[in-house]
Amino acid sequence: MTPEIDDRPVKLSCRNLWKIFGPDPRGILTAMNGAAGDRMVLKQRLHQSGHLAATIDVNFDIRLGEIFVIMGLSGSGKSTLVRCLSRLIEPTMGEILLGGEDLLTVSKARLIELRRRAMGMVFQNFGLLPHLTVCDNVAFPLRIQGMSETERLSRAKDMIDLVGLNGKEAAFPHQLSGGQQQRVGIARSLAVGPELWFLDEPFSALDPLIRRQMQDEFLRLQRMLQKTIIFITHDIAEAFRLADRIAIMRDGEVIQLGRPADIALKPANDYVADFTEEISLTRVISVADVMTPAGNDVAGLSVKPVSARLMLEELVPQLAAGVSAFPVVDENDRLLGQVAAADIVDILERDRRRRHRA
Amino acid sequence: MIASDLTLSPTASRPWKSGLWVSLLALALVAACLMLRSRLPWLSLYPPAWVVPIAAWVNHVSDWVSALLQPICRSFAWMLGGPMAWLRGFLVWLPWPAVALAATLIAYKAQGWRLAAFAVAVVAYLLLTGYWPATMNTMALVILAVPISVIAGFGLGVLAFALPRARAVIEAALDLMQTVPAFAYLIPLLILFGFGPVVGLIASIVFAVPPMVRNTLLGLSQVPPVIKEAGLMSGCTVWQGFWHAEVPTAKPQLLMGVNQTTMAAFSMVIIASLAGGSADIGWEVLSAVRQADFGRSLLSGLVIALVAVLIDRITLGFAKSGEAPASQDSRLSGRRLLAILAAIMLGGLLLRLMAGNADWLAGSVQIINMKALDDAILGLVRDHASLIDSIRNGIISFLMLPVRIGLEKAVTPFTWGLTLTPAGIAFYVLLVAGIALFAAWKWNRQAGLTAIWLGIFLYFGLTTFPWPALMLAAGLLVWRIADARMALAALAALAFALLSGLWLQTMMSIYLCALAVLLCLLFGGAIGLWAAHSDRVSALVRPFNDALQTMPQFVFLIPALMFFKVGELTALIAVMLYAIVPPIRYVEHGLRHVPPHVVEAAVQSGCTPSQLLWLVKLPLALPTIMLGVNQTIMAALSMLAISALVGTRDLGQQVYIALGKADAGLGLTAGLMIALIAMVSDRAIRIWCLKRQAPALRAG
Repeated sequence: MTPEIDDRPVKLSCRNLWKIFGPDPRGILTAMNGAAGDRMVLKQRLHQSGHLAATIDVNFDIRLGEIFVIMGLSGSGKSTLVRCLSRLIEPTMGEILLGGEDLLTVSKARLIELRRRAMGMVFQNFGLLPHLTVCDNVAFPLRIQGMSETERLSRAKDMIDLVGLNGKEAAFPHQLSGGQQQRVGIARSLAVGPELWFLDEPFSALDPLIRRQMQDEFLRLQRMLQKTIIFITHDIAEAFRLADRIAIMRDGEVIQLGRPADIALKPANDYVADFTEEISLTRVISVADVMTPAGNDVAGLSVKPVSARLMLEELVPQLAAGVSAFPVVDENDRLLGQVAAADIVDILERDRRRRHRA
Repeated sequence: MIASDLTLSPTASRPWKSGLWVSLLALALVAACLMLRSRLPWLSLYPPAWVVPIAAWVNHVSDWVSALLQPICRSFAWMLGGPMAWLRGFLVWLPWPAVALAATLIAYKAQGWRLAAFAVAVVAYLLLTGYWPATMNTMALVILAVPISVIAGFGLGVLAFALPRARAVIEAALDLMQTVPAFAYLIPLLILFGFGPVVGLIASIVFAVPPMVRNTLLGLSQVPPVIKEAGLMSGCTVWQGFWHAEVPTAKPQLLMGVNQTTMAAFSMVIIASLAGGSADIGWEVLSAVRQADFGRSLLSGLVIALVAVLIDRITLGFAKSGEAPASQDSRLSGRRLLAILAAIMLGGLLLRLMAGNADWLAGSVQIINMKALDDAILGLVRDHASLIDSIRNGIISFLMLPVRIGLEKAVTPFTWGLTLTPAGIAFYVLLVAGIALFAAWKWNRQAGLTAIWLGIFLYFGLTTFPWPALMLAAGLLVWRIADARMALAALAALAFALLSGLWLQTMMSIYLCALAVLLCLLFGGAIGLWAAHSDRVSALVRPFNDALQTMPQFVFLIPALMFFKVGELTALIAVMLYAIVPPIRYVEHGLRHVPPHVVEAAVQSGCTPSQLLWLVKLPLALPTIMLGVNQTIMAALSMLAISALVGTRDLGQQVYIALGKADAGLGLTAGLMIALIAMVSDRAIRIWCLKRQAPALRAG
C-alpha cells in the first residue's frame, strides 16, 4: 500500500450503512438483526416482505485528499450509496462520520450549513438550472448563502476560468455541448470550496472522446485542489484510471475494496475477475507494487532511475533494449529499491494468459 | 410493439369467454323487459312518484349556504366592482390610436413583425365594425380576471403538489369545474354575488382557474429530480429550493398555464354577459343571436375569434421566449418596451385632452355591416324553401326519429309513407340477423353481438327504451370498453338521472350527443383521412378548423337556425359544427404520425394502399384517434347548454330554464348530470386506451 494515503487522517467514514426501500424498512431491519450472517437468507426475507435492499452494511473510510471510486453496474446501489452519504436519501441505519460528526443525526439547519460549506456534487445529467446563465449557475450556491453579487460573480468567474469556459459566461445551458455543460456542473460544485466532492457518474452521459478529455481535466483539477473525492462510475476503465482506491459494488454490497493494482492482481471472486479482465495489468500496477529492496549492484546500473509511481507499461520499451533491472527512486531522487526485468516480464505473461482465456 | 397491437394475445381473449355469457344473459333480460313493458308500465316510464326531490334539497342547502355567504360574497363583488368599473371607463376613455399602438408593440415584442401586422389587422377590423368600445369593455374583464385566476390557480397547484391528500380533492374539483356547463354554476354565482358585470368577472375567474392549477401541478411534477438534488446540494432551504430551482425550471409550463387561463377567461365573455354584462362584445353576440341576425352575429363573433387568436399568440410568444431566454435580446428589451408603452399612454392622454370627445376617437362608428349577407341567406332560404323543407323532414324522419323513438314508432304513413306490418318486422329481424351473422363470420362474435344490440336499439328507440334494460346495456357497454369499476360509475350516474327525475332529459341529451358524435366521426373522420393524404386538403381545412374552434359557440346556432328553424335538427347541426373539428384534427394527426419506418416496412412487404391504411396506419393511429373521439364527445356535451337556445328538450334546456328561474337546484342537478356523462365517457375511453397500450408497453 502506498504509505502516503494510508497515513492521512480519515475524512469521511461510513459505518454499517443500510438503505432498505419498502413499507417498513426500520422494522424489518431490527427484526432481522440476527440474520446478519447469511446474506442469501437475508435477501430472501427482505424480498418476501416486499422490501428491497439498496445498500447492505457498507463500511469504509475515505482519507483526506483521496479519490475514492465506487464502481458497479446499474442497480448495484452505487447511486443510492452516494445519495446516502450526502443525505439526499435518508439511510435506514448506520453512521456517516464527517470529521467525527455523524451526518445522520445532525439537524436540518446544520445539514444545510454543511452542504453550503463542506460539500459539492456533480450530477450525471448535469442538473443545471435552465433559466440561469453559465455564470449565474456557477454562482447559484453562493447566492443561496446570501453572498453579495459582486463577490459571488468574481468567485464564479474564477471557477469558470478554472474549468476552461471563459467566454461562455453569458451562455445558457441549452446552448452548450454536453462536455461544456458538465464543466459548468463541475465549476458550480467547486464554487463554495468544498472539502468533500461527490461526483455521480459525471462523465457517463458524454461521448467517449470527450469523456477521456474530461477525465484528464478532472485529474488536473485534483492535482491542484486536493479534494476528498467520492466518484461514482459504471465504467471499469474510468475507475482504474482515476482511483486511488476502488469499492466494487454488487446488489447493494461492497464486494471488494482496494487499490486498483490489488483488485487487478487479486480479484475477490469471479465476478470481479470477469470485470477486470480487460484491464491491462501493466497499466494499473506501478513500479512500487513490484519493487524489491535494492541489491548491492543496483547503484552500479547504468540505467536511468525510474519513479516509484510510474506504471509498468512505461518501462516495456526499455525492456526490449535488454535492461535487466531498474533502480527506483522517490520524488526527491532518493533510492528506494529496484525492479527486476524478470518481474515485469512475469506480469506481461500474466496479462497475456488472462487475455487468452477470455 | 406492432405485433402485439395487431394480434390478440391469448390472455386478452380469455375474459371474452365469460363476457359472451354475460352478453347473452343481458340480451335475455333486455328481451324480458321489452316483452313485459306493456304489462308493467313502470318499466318503460320511471314513475314520477319514485323521484327523489334532489333539486329541492339542493335549493334548500343553497338557500342556507347563500344566507351565510351572501354578505361576504356581496362585499367581495363590491370590492371587485370598483376596479372593474374604473378599468372599463379607462380603457374606453383611452383614445384608440394609443391602445392600438400599444397592442401592436406588444405583439411585435412577443412574436415579431408578422404578429404585429396581424395586430394592426385586428385593430382595423375592430374599428371598421365599430366594436372598439365593446371590445375594450371585454378586455377590462379579461385583464382583471387573468391575474386573479393565475394567482389562485398557482396557489392551488402548489398546494396540490405539496399535499398528496389535497391533490385528490383538488383534481376532482377541477374535473367538475371543467365539465359542468358554465351556465349551471352561473346560477349559484348569481345568487351569491348578485347581478351585474362583476358576476361575469367572477364566473370567468372560476372557469379560468383550472388550467392554471393543472399546468402548475404538471410543471412542478415534471421538474427533473436532479434539479432538486442540485438545489439541495447547493445548500438550499426548502423555500429557496422551491423558488430558485423548482419554480424557474417549471416556468415554461407555468407560462403555458397563463396562456390557457387567458384563453379560458376570454372564452367566458359571452356567458359572462348573460349574468348582466352590458355593452361588451359578449353582449353584442348574444343580442345578435337573440335577434337571429346572422350577419351581425358573424361580425361580432369574428371579433371574439380574432382577439382570441391575437391574445393566444401574444401569450404563447411570451411563454416561448421564457423557454429560450437568450433570444429576447435580439428584439426589443423589456425595459425599453415599458418606456415606449408609457410614452404612448402619455401621448394618448394628451390626444384625449386636446381632441376632447371627438367621434373618431371613440371607434364606435360601424363602417361595414353584413346586411347584404343576411339578405342573401334569407333570400336563398326563401327561394328554396321546399327543398330545404324536404331535406329537413328527410333527416328528421329517416335518421333522428328512428334513433330517438325507434322504428317501432317512427315508421308511420305520415313520416315514411308506410305502416310497419308484421311482415315488415319479420324482414327487419331477418336483416339484423343476417348482418349479425355476417359480422360474426367476417370479424368475430363480438361484432355479431354488437350488430344485434344496435338492431334492438334502432327498433325500440333510445329514449323509449325500458330504463332497467337501458341501464343494463349501458353498464355492459362501459364494462366492455373499460372495466367493472367504470361500469358501476356509469350505473350510478344513470341511477342519479332516474332519482332526480331527469331520466328523459338525460336520454335526450345522450341521444343528441351520440348522434352528433357519430355523424361527426363519420364526416370528420373522412375529411381527416383525406387531409392526411393530401397536403392541399390539409392546408385548406386548417383555417376552417381554427375558425370553428375559436368562434364563440353561440355563433353556430344562427346559420343552422336560418336554414332549419327552431328544433332538434338545428341543435344537431350546431353541435356538429362545433364538434366536427376534433375528429378531423386527430385522425389527420394520428395517420400522419405513424412512424415512417413502419410504413416503409409495410410497403416493402407488398401492402396495397388500402391494406396499408386498414392494417397498419389505422391500428397504430387508434390511440390518437380515440383521444379525438373523447374530445368530440366533450365538445358535443359542452354545446348542449348552448344549443338549448334553439329549443331542445334535453339537460341543456333544463339548465337554461333554471337560469331563467334562478333555480339553483335544478340548474346544478342538470349541470351535474351533464358532467357525470362527460366524466364517465372520458374515463371509460381513457381506460380503453390504456388497456390497448399496455401490452405494447410491456412488449417494449
